[in-house]
Amino acid sequence: MTLTAFFQYCLVGISIGGIYALIAIGYTMVYGILRLINFAHGDIFMMAAYFMIFAMVDFMIPWYISMIIMIVSTIVLGVVIEKLAYKPLRNAPRMSIMISAIGVSYLLQNLATYLFSALPKQYPQIPILNKTITIGEVSTSIATFITPIITIVFVVLLMMLIKYTKVGMAMRAVSKDFETAQLMGIQINNVITVTFIIGCFLAAVGSMLYFTPRPSVFPLAGSLPGLKCFIAAVFGGIGSIPGAVLGGLIIGICETFIKAFGYSEFSDVFTFVLLIAVLMIKPTGLFGEKMAEKV
Amino acid sequence: MNKKTKFICTLVLIAIGAGLLVFIDQATPSSAMIRSVLQLSAIYSLAAVSMNMLNGFTGLFSLGQAGFMAVGAYTFAVFTIPVASKPTVYYLYGVADALANVALPPAAGIVVAGLMAALLAAVIGAPVLRLKSDYFAIATLGFAEIVRILVASSVFNRITNGSLGLKCIPGFGSYYTPFIVVFICIAIIVLLMNSTYGRAFKAIREDEIAAEAMGINLASHKQMSFIASSFFAGISGALMAMFLGAITSTTFPLMLTYNILLIIVIGGMGSITGSIIASFLVTFAKEWWLRFLDVEHFIGDFHVPLLRTGFRMVVFSVILMVVVLFWSRGIMGQKEFTWDGLYGFFRKLKNKRQEKSPVGGGAAND
Repeated sequence: MTLTAFFQYCLVGISIGGIYALIAIGYTMVYGILRLINFAHGDIFMMAAYFMIFAMVDFMIPWYISMIIMIVSTIVLGVVIEKLAYKPLRNAPRMSIMISAIGVSYLLQNLATYLFSALPKQYPQIPILNKTITIGEVSTSIATFITPIITIVFVVLLMMLIKYTKVGMAMRAVSKDFETAQLMGIQINNVITVTFIIGCFLAAVGSMLYFTPRPSVFPLAGSLPGLKCFIAAVFGGIGSIPGAVLGGLIIGICETFIKAFGYSEFSDVFTFVLLIAVLMIKPTGLFGEKMAEKV
Repeated sequence: MNKKTKFICTLVLIAIGAGLLVFIDQATPSSAMIRSVLQLSAIYSLAAVSMNMLNGFTGLFSLGQAGFMAVGAYTFAVFTIPVASKPTVYYLYGVADALANVALPPAAGIVVAGLMAALLAAVIGAPVLRLKSDYFAIATLGFAEIVRILVASSVFNRITNGSLGLKCIPGFGSYYTPFIVVFICIAIIVLLMNSTYGRAFKAIREDEIAAEAMGINLASHKQMSFIASSFFAGISGALMAMFLGAITSTTFPLMLTYNILLIIVIGGMGSITGSIIASFLVTFAKEWWLRFLDVEHFIGDFHVPLLRTGFRMVVFSVILMVVVLFWSRGIMGQKEFTWDGLYGFFRKLKNKRQEKSPVGGGAAND
């Protein structure tokens, strides 16, 4: 492998890792607060891609307005799902709410198949993101190049939000102890809504960056990336945002290099083996807090 | 109701079921929808009951069902494809030398399929079962995906035929084969669940710590439940392979696990009869009754809106969400179907009616 190729792969790996990180944050935040694996998150990510196609291809709206429409509709979708499918089960056993999440994922996949057909659709070209740039000998599309930057910017903003704002403080309190936080007068439903808004916003941004360099979108396109991002969240320590980012980056880079060495059919196996290995060795992940078992 | 009447009632019910099956077999042409839907329902009911054993009875939320079914299906296919058809099946990569002359009879194939799935469960069980609730779910899900990717990978080209999948799998010898196999398997599961082991599983579901305090060895019982469940999942996979005749890795996607999970949710987590009823109900609705939703309809000149390909699954998933949200007990909850229960149900119904129409109504009902 030449040095140029090495850098090229590094860039691609960091870029895809950045996208994984954006989605993984959605998983990790929801898990931190609701103790729920939001199985539908990957499908929300897929729906975001369809919203973009809808706005740009079917309604011919310019990309910058489409982007806003897409982000807003993704957020609306996520919040509606939370209100309809998760809120009624707040006091139900954890298994029920997880089944509900699986049900939503199932519904979204079937709905997408019905509305947009199972045939792959072309993702619209966003001219600015598709331009090729060359740095030294490494040439790449703008999308690949700016993804890590966007990721870092959003992560820093999010960390500041969580650290310095009132709602961020509420989030931290809720994730520490749901019931006590409620007793302290925190409007738990608002906090959860904000969590879903942030998660869906990042998934929408991630979806645009993910699908721009890829040829097509299909109803199951979100399920595998969704699982990988969940693994990234587990790897980094579920509930921890820096953990999710690091997990996403590591998975993205490893995956790219495994593909580069010609073992592309095993790149997904690697991810799942990593998951099982992490769960065996350090179930709390890299940055996860040790949770005491309650008797 | 005494024990003898109940026993006779059960026998009569089984006889009626068998009679109906024979009637359907004789009376319908071999291309009739009901025939294959019945077989498929039976296979799903075994898959659902085996998953319910783990999720509903032992309280271990596993999402690896499709993986174990895939293992069973592939094992069955690899060992039972007739020697004569092997060259056509493995035309691209050739068959592994050790397997070239192996062709077990289907009955042995089914058992081997179950054993293989059980063996795999035994291997991964020890580490995976240490995990708690949702971590266990995601680890088993990961395992199922690994299985799916590996069977399609080039490493196993000469065994699983890579992404081309396997075909020429021997079908059911007679129309009744799947029903008999499923009946035997479910009977074994029922016996197991009524034994001390079954009671121990339920105790673990209710409260792990209390169960441990009562002297139940958690690790070994969980392991046992996991292995037994995988064994039957493997068998249901083998039956699926026989039913379809050809399999690829995409026959066993995550969606299949979700399908089966939703069947056991509708039937009631922790109810064997519930799972069976739900399997038949769901499979009939999905494969047959709701088919009309996928086709465009006209009433006179009026074009019925919404109906087109895919609408069936949307309706189906909405029904499932409604069940999950508003009727989380499912059809049976954690109860089983019993004659006493049925008798009590009718008596309650009758009492209600008598209350409503005190004059004459009671006599008419007797």
